[in-house]
Amino acid sequence: MTFLPELVLLLGALALFVLSLGEGRDRAAQRVVTGVAAAAVLAALVALPARAELFEGAYRVDAFSQWLKLVLAAGFGLVVLQQGGLPDIPGAVRPEYHLFLTLSVTGLVLLVSCIEVITLFVALELASLPLYFLVAMRRERAGQRVQMESAIKYLLFGVTANGLMLFGLSYLFGLTGTTVLPEMVGRLYQAPPAAALTGLALAFCGLFYKLAIFPFHFWTPDVYQGASNETAGYVASLPKLGAVAVFVRFAALAPPDARVLPALFTGLALASMFYGNLIALAQTDLKRLLGFSGIAHAGYALVGFVALNEAGYLAALYYTVAYLCMALACFAVFSLLAPHGANLALGDLAGLHRRAPLLAVTLAVGVFGLAGLPPLAGFLGKFTLLSAAWAKGHTVLVLLMVVNTAIAVYYYLALFREAFFRDPPEPAPEPVRLGWPARALCLTLIAAILALGVVPGRFLETVSRSLAWTRPGPVLTGQTPMAETAAPPAPVRDLR
Amino acid sequence: MNLPEPLAQISWLSVLVFSPLAAAAVAAVLRSERAVRWWTLAATLAVAAASVPVALGFDPTTPAFQFVEDRPWIPFLGARYTLGVDGLSLVLVLLTTGILPLCVLASWRYITTRVREFMLGLLVMETAMVGVFCALDFVLFFLFWEAMLVPMALLIGVWGGPRRVYAALKFFIYTMAGSVFLLVAIVALYLMTGTFDLRALMGRGYPLAVQVWVFLAFFVSFAIKVPMVPFHTWLPAAHVEAPTAGSVILASVLLKMGTYGFLRLSLPITPDATRLLAPYLTWLSVAALVYGGLTALAQSDLKKLVAYSSVGHMGFATLGIFTLTRAGLEGAVLQMINHGITTGALFICVGLLYERLHTRELGAAAGVGKHVPVFAGFFGVFVLSSMAFPGTNSFIGEFLALAGAFEASRPVALAAVPGVVLAAAYLLRMLQKVAYGSPHNPDHAGVTDLTLREGLTLAPLLGLVFWIGLHPAPLVRLFAASVQHLLEQTLGPAAVPPAAGP
Repeated sequence: MTFLPELVLLLGALALFVLSLGEGRDRAAQRVVTGVAAAAVLAALVALPARAELFEGAYRVDAFSQWLKLVLAAGFGLVVLQQGGLPDIPGAVRPEYHLFLTLSVTGLVLLVSCIEVITLFVALELASLPLYFLVAMRRERAGQRVQMESAIKYLLFGVTANGLMLFGLSYLFGLTGTTVLPEMVGRLYQAPPAAALTGLALAFCGLFYKLAIFPFHFWTPDVYQGASNETAGYVASLPKLGAVAVFVRFAALAPPDARVLPALFTGLALASMFYGNLIALAQTDLKRLLGFSGIAHAGYALVGFVALNEAGYLAALYYTVAYLCMALACFAVFSLLAPHGANLALGDLAGLHRRAPLLAVTLAVGVFGLAGLPPLAGFLGKFTLLSAAWAKGHTVLVLLMVVNTAIAVYYYLALFREAFFRDPPEPAPEPVRLGWPARALCLTLIAAILALGVVPGRFLETVSRSLAWTRPGPVLTGQTPMAETAAPPAPVRDLR
Repeated sequence: MNLPEPLAQISWLSVLVFSPLAAAAVAAVLRSERAVRWWTLAATLAVAAASVPVALGFDPTTPAFQFVEDRPWIPFLGARYTLGVDGLSLVLVLLTTGILPLCVLASWRYITTRVREFMLGLLVMETAMVGVFCALDFVLFFLFWEAMLVPMALLIGVWGGPRRVYAALKFFIYTMAGSVFLLVAIVALYLMTGTFDLRALMGRGYPLAVQVWVFLAFFVSFAIKVPMVPFHTWLPAAHVEAPTAGSVILASVLLKMGTYGFLRLSLPITPDATRLLAPYLTWLSVAALVYGGLTALAQSDLKKLVAYSSVGHMGFATLGIFTLTRAGLEGAVLQMINHGITTGALFICVGLLYERLHTRELGAAAGVGKHVPVFAGFFGVFVLSSMAFPGTNSFIGEFLALAGAFEASRPVALAAVPGVVLAAAYLLRMLQKVAYGSPHNPDHAGVTDLTLREGLTLAPLLGLVFWIGLHPAPLVRLFAASVQHLLEQTLGPAAVPPAAGP
């Protein structure tokens, strides 16, 4: 029960592996991956109340990990729907594509439960490695070979960032003599602060890379542009949630009265926002544009961590889930609009409201969500982030974030303008035909973005309550997670 | 509120806010354009009818919020679903629900493409606008405030004139840029007080420095919406390109959001900062008055002319507000309503001319009046009303606003007088050209006079012009108590003389 979602995904991956051994199995593989996604959602639902510590305390199934698994599984389902028949992936490797995708999601689902840094690193790699292949798997054609360059870039940056992260983890291990996060907390406070902070900052690098935060962002636009539309949709959404979840677990290590980490986060968040937003203003390739906007949004999410308290983590998590839906909505539109998988430019959206009204509405909801307009999810996300950072006195950061929101409106409006105000070019392109999976995908995403924005009460409460499980050990034993029906986690072993 | 028992059970404000949205959902599935038109007309009329019990049940003797609904909404953030009206918001709600059916009528033939989407836009706008006037929770207020943006930009950008995309984007960016400051102010106030309830945020005696910052954040947001000089440049573009109904909504309701914001938020929440900065803002209002008049004088495009006259007229409203006198405030509220009626009517008139002549050039329209006598009659009355001719509605409002200005500061009042003269100049110039201009214009042969539908669109506004102009007491009585209370909140109870009978 406690391990069900992971088991389902692993078995699914195994089945896909068997399928990938044969020839011409891409249809079957697509069916299998759809089934796996559905089963994963069910399994995550079943496992939602599960609480346990597995593998000698390296792997913790708690309220925090379980809702994340549910969101990840649901996101996996949406990604599969969005990918459809994978038009831009060579037919021969489609089963492999599905296999790697499932493996990557498995990595993410494992990642959110890891509380031991070695396990965590392995899960992170499991989530990352398949992505390199997914990017490279795009169909080659005249003028479209950039995916190889993108994959290599992605890989090299990833390896560098992971190296830094490992280096940081080695510091943390050296200072505390343990690899289990909750144990590390108490001991890290006693270590020399400079060394502890260096270790933490380096460990965060791996996560910065996943989130695409300045200066680990360079891969983002190129990978988005080089990868097929479907792959970019995945790369842009789910892994970020995994990274933020790990970030929350790591942030518990920071001493509460630290000055250095908030200052570092402030600097990086501002750099990401300004860099992403200003460069996005000049983009015409849609995926590149969303890539730069993604950098800016990573900066926004980081604002939540500047506060280094639960309100901030809650805001960051909420924002990332909202971003996941909104980014998926945009990429879903791009995938469905380009049936042969070509990259779209801004002008290709012209007249979308005539060619495919549903897609136009989905795009509008996604784009205005990203811009932060109420009643969509992006607004409430920014609102909670602003409140959290301001409550801790980071006024300048808040004001600059607001300025950035205003800057970003311009390029989001450009998307909206093309889709709604421009007439389709002559000769008019064919109206886009949407099958029922595509319609379901669009409607689900619209509903999710609206629901997160208008009635977020339940969700916020769940997340907030689950955050009690990520608190460092000593606090946890003194203050049992309130209103949790299941038993609180076993008191952390060996607290000297 | 004093409604008979079965009616008192209904949450009227929720009905007013959300019934247009429900109607929009129905309109979305209707097949024929004809059906959509009639349905939207019926729906907006029904909403207007539903606002009648609110007006009748409203108790004008108290400044307290009435018809209050209060439910938890996002308990986690402390945001609540709180609606309620006092005298100020009530008259604006009535204005909104009353003007919407006329917008539908004015679009009956003007809008020929994508009719359903247009009507959807109107209905969504109505929900958002009524919501802004009714919301008593800051998050809810902001939600409705921003929800107006996208449908309005669509109304301009899809159904507008040749430069519609530019106008729609300019409108969107300006308003959005303003509202981010509003958001910052909301967060700041929340962090200080821990509540989003507007009623609880008023009269807290924040430190002056805080008040000034909050006031400035409010000011940027609302001044863009009004618009006050120098934040006005989006307005002519938006007005000129918008379809008739869009212009009417913009002029009649959207611009009122800014002044409503001043009255509902700036004055009661930051009274000290208001008193500190009001003298400067009266001068800014005078600048708007004179600037709007001078620019309107130079326009040859009818719509642009009316648009710049809006800048001037709203200058009167803000002038009245920042005199911080009772006459000034009552004049400002009246001016808001009058401007909604008169300028809305003028935009409808210009739209009717455009449908007939396919141009808005003053020169090309010269002399059309003798072919369309009924139209010329309506037009003449509205022009006279717009220049505040005694006996029409605007006279009362401008008179009170000026009286307030004299009370507050004589130089300001004297400086505002040229604005009045300028208004007469550009409006009479327009009327003279359109009604009596050049005698022979072959293009005007065969121009038809108003149809019954068009007459029906203008007639209610004509009635209001004279009703308010000759007998404003019932209207003033609705908001007099609220204005009195607002003054006490802003100046302190001791500084305000007790209300005389209306």
